[in-house]
Amino acid sequence: MTESTLTKRRSPLRIKIEPRLDEPPAWYPAAVSLGAIIVALILGGIVIAVAGGNPFASYAHIARASFGDIGVLSDTIVKATPIILTALACSIAFRMKLWNIGAEGQFIMGAWGASAIVLAPALPAEASRWLFLPIMAVAGMAVGAIWGYIPGYLKAKFNVNEIISTLMMNYIAISWVNFWVFAVWTEGGFQMSPKFTENAWLPRLSEYASSVPFFRGLTTHAGLILGIIAAVVLWFIVYRSRWGYEIRLIGDNPNAAKYAGINITRNTVWVMMLSGALAGLGGMSEVAGVVHRLQTAPIAAGYGFTGIIVAWLAKLNPLVIILVSILFGALILAGREIQPSGVPKMIQGIILVCLIASDFLLRYRVRFVRGEEE
Amino acid sequence: MDFIIILQAGVASGTVLLFAALGEVLAERSGVLNLGVEGMMLIGAMSAFSTTIATGNPWLGVLVAMIVAGLLSQVHAFIVITLQADQVVSGLALTLLGAGISLVLGEGLSKAGTVSLMPNFSIPLLSQIPILGPIFFTKQSILVYIGYLLTPLAWYYINRTRPGLHLRAVGEYPSAADALGINVFRMRYLYVFVGGMLAGLGGATISLAVSPGWFSELTTGGQGWIAVGLVIFAQWDPVRAAVGSYAFGALRRLILDIQGPMVLFGMNNPFYYNPYLGFFLQMLPYAFTVIVLVIGSREAIRKRLGAPAALGNPYIRGERGK
Repeated sequence: MTESTLTKRRSPLRIKIEPRLDEPPAWYPAAVSLGAIIVALILGGIVIAVAGGNPFASYAHIARASFGDIGVLSDTIVKATPIILTALACSIAFRMKLWNIGAEGQFIMGAWGASAIVLAPALPAEASRWLFLPIMAVAGMAVGAIWGYIPGYLKAKFNVNEIISTLMMNYIAISWVNFWVFAVWTEGGFQMSPKFTENAWLPRLSEYASSVPFFRGLTTHAGLILGIIAAVVLWFIVYRSRWGYEIRLIGDNPNAAKYAGINITRNTVWVMMLSGALAGLGGMSEVAGVVHRLQTAPIAAGYGFTGIIVAWLAKLNPLVIILVSILFGALILAGREIQPSGVPKMIQGIILVCLIASDFLLRYRVRFVRGEEE
Repeated sequence: MDFIIILQAGVASGTVLLFAALGEVLAERSGVLNLGVEGMMLIGAMSAFSTTIATGNPWLGVLVAMIVAGLLSQVHAFIVITLQADQVVSGLALTLLGAGISLVLGEGLSKAGTVSLMPNFSIPLLSQIPILGPIFFTKQSILVYIGYLLTPLAWYYINRTRPGLHLRAVGEYPSAADALGINVFRMRYLYVFVGGMLAGLGGATISLAVSPGWFSELTTGGQGWIAVGLVIFAQWDPVRAAVGSYAFGALRRLILDIQGPMVLFGMNNPFYYNPYLGFFLQMLPYAFTVIVLVIGSREAIRKRLGAPAALGNPYIRGERGK
């Protein structure tokens, strides 16, 4: 064998990219997402190391501080609960290619609406829990829906870009709640309202510790049930109802939807209201289940933005959102103690970037070929 | 309350929006929507401030800010131009990414103390003009003057030069531009990079001139998003973007200053006696952005103006010819 034939046979590897024509196997999208998350964690580790931290210690800490024992697992679920609802809110809007970035503001306004029932007060303090909680939930959803209605109406009527308008509504919501917390419902000049009467608290597992000792000290509250119910209902709306079919059709092909006689204007407003109501319910669950008072910082903690990532990671599937929310709840819970403090936010950003980039692998097949195979 | 001083400070504050909006105009004219402006501004503000602390040279800070933000923009460029992903989601991701990295790398910067800032000076002669002189040409940062030069330059470049024609062609009808031998992919990468650099310059303008320092995410406080909104209001025109930017800058200053005096127009100033009303004042820039969007969108419908035709769509070579 001469030297030249050897080199000819060993022509260099080339990367060949071709559109994927067949459906990939069912496990493939999940594997790609998992791969993207692993790449994201490696990249995040590099940045942590550059900033002078220890990535291995950070990640080990996240795992231990979020899933280490039943107590912290319960806290993880508490953090996941608002994310479930904001992610559901984002998912239904994104399904229609309506970019509702305002889940944060709708969440905040939902929290305000629910708090107003207690603080205004709309109900006497000794009213039963069974009266308080449903009315607070309805109020939170209604105010959230109004906050979604405004950009929805502007989009439908004037074709106003909903990304910017929903985002601006977030800032307005924060100022609005600040006003009430500082000027109207302040507790002795502090930046928070008085604590709610206990009739307005969502029940926690720890309340039942006398009958089930295992529940002692567990903070998981009934907001989780609200989130799961909302996810199941939304799943039926999206995949099993006529309305869900219309929403999906508008998202996939607005022209086809228009020619099929679907009213895009009306659906824009309704979907934004549904989205706002879901986020608003999240806000109600957070004030009634965790904070137990109206206070800006723990309410405006970025759950609406995390919801965007979770919705995307779950491929907008309401049931998958529950699982992904728990992972992100873990990241946020454990991230509170990590230095530098921006780490959880940065990792979320890197994960989202890697996820979007990895979508390429779903649409295209990347093959390594030898030069001769052309 | 002296309106001249408010307008003078407003022009400086509007320069931040101006740089970011001009960058976004260029990127969007090439067909790439980049919603990561807020993230690029944050990373620009952070790297400008930290470079200046380390070296003592604000010029170096501005340079580093532009390069770092430009590099960050290339993440978006790669994802949407080469990988053809959705531009909206990628832009959002870029904002999160830029904010996150800035928070991590900027840890501790808020306690760093004072640094030397970009120089301020008055223009001889021009500063003598009544009213306009004090507002535009007296004791402004050099960055403000750069903004004055950049606006007509950008307009001329886009509307009157051959590369500007290519830029518009790539944004309006990429396959025709491609057929003419213009490299659509390279052009889009380039203008996303320029957009990133200008957003970084906007960030540096905050941390080294307008409100010096690093205050984590509050440094920008949503100005990147306001800039994106202004681009829509401006109908992708640099001059209109400049007018909008300065108006918003003046509004920001007015909100800060209106709470100061006890007497306003011969009446008791309600914002002085009830400081809680300040929360409603804080809403104004964001509410005005929404109003400005409504105006811009209605005008676009009436005059049949519109976004660059290919805005938001990836260019896939040969897809239409098939």
